Amino acid sequence: MNKVLLGLLLGAALGALDGATAWFMPAVRFEIMAIIFYSTIKGLIAGVLIGFFARKVKSLPLGVLFGLAVGALLAFAVALMPDPSGNHYYVQIIVPGSLVGLIVGYATQKYGAAPATTPATR
Amino acid sequence: MKFLSDKALERLRDGAETPDLAGTRYRLLERIARGGMGVVYTAEDENLQRRVALKVLNVPGTDGDLANRLTREARVLAALEHPGIVPVHDVGTLADGRVFYTMKFVVGKPLDKFIESVASVPDRLRVFLRICDAVAFAHARGVLHRDLKPANIMVGPFGEVLVMDWGLAKILREEVSRNRSEADPEATVFEKPKQANIASDATDISAVTGHGTVMGTPGYMSPEQARGEVEHLDARSDIFSLGRLLRFLLTGKPEVASIPGGRRLDKSLAAICAKSTAAAPAERYPNVQEMALDVSRYLDGLAVGAHRESIFEKAGRFYRRYRFFILLIAAYLAMRVLILLFMHR
Repeated sequence: MNKVLLGLLLGAALGALDGATAWFMPAVRFEIMAIIFYSTIKGLIAGVLIGFFARKVKSLPLGVLFGLAVGALLAFAVALMPDPSGNHYYVQIIVPGSLVGLIVGYATQKYGAAPATTPATR
Repeated sequence: MKFLSDKALERLRDGAETPDLAGTRYRLLERIARGGMGVVYTAEDENLQRRVALKVLNVPGTDGDLANRLTREARVLAALEHPGIVPVHDVGTLADGRVFYTMKFVVGKPLDKFIESVASVPDRLRVFLRICDAVAFAHARGVLHRDLKPANIMVGPFGEVLVMDWGLAKILREEVSRNRSEADPEATVFEKPKQANIASDATDISAVTGHGTVMGTPGYMSPEQARGEVEHLDARSDIFSLGRLLRFLLTGKPEVASIPGGRRLDKSLAAICAKSTAAAPAERYPNVQEMALDVSRYLDGLAVGAHRESIFEKAGRFYRRYRFFILLIAAYLAMRVLILLFMHR
């Protein structure tokens, strides 16, 4: 499995899981399907970006850092949107979102096939 | 009557043994090893101004068994151009009638000394894979080493691994290969060597290592080699030696199954050792590549062909392979639970 596909699948899976935990928050439980959907999309986008980064840059610390930053940034964008009662859930969204990015960053650096190198030409 | 002391005798013997390099482009430096067949010196190639190892026969003459063996060893080495096989530079006869050949002077440690400084099992296995690489190459060229043991493997300062001492090498003849493949379809089939210097040498071998002649190192040679069944030897005989070598790398001894720290040998590695050192050649790996593949799979955290895992072993291997990733997911879930608990306070 290549790094972009790995990032995409892992990002989507962890994004969906991340969204599903909203079920434990009674205030937003009625929106659970929309939350899961958007959280999955967020994970997908983060996963693809992190996967492409892993293809270009082969460095575990940089990969993890990039994943953390992308995860945090996308989660922050989501956290900016308030719930129907006007509340923001910065910590509840940004912390897990950043961790998801970190995990995807680690996984794409550590696992997944790197693209084949072009043979040298004469 | 006055007897000479041992020291004086040794000096006299050294003087008599010292090769006369007059007429060659080599200048003798020092003796580095002495074997049953010959002595190895370091010498300087005065044309190329580099240090070489010079192996010279103990006895003069170019038509004896030993001279044939040394010449054949040089030719075998010349035909095996591989980074893991010590390259030969020159072969000839000295003014005193002794056959010699020169080869790369390898700076490094023999495997048994090298592993004293390498504690990590994966590092040892990586060295082993490089040995396999060289032996597999020789097999592909129709040559069996027949004396694989730690003393014949040198590890250089940059991690280069060189298989040395091809004095007992056997060149497999076409008819032998055909007979083996008929007897066991899984056995490696050696093609007739393409290089003229190997092929022309094939007839000499039976004279040197005929049926019943036992050559090799106890503890490392295969049972069929120990029985002197020269004509029945194939790649699986070297695989036996490689199995013993692998066990030595992992445990410090070719036949004991516990490693120096007191830990038990991993089941997969023990199974690889057991399969490669099975008494019956048919039960061993059919070729070196398959053995190396199993070792590589072990290094990659994958299941090895030699060992059928239980479900718990599979789970353990999966955990070891993805340990950090699993811990990250667990940390994520733990953090999620903590946030939920925090919110419900």
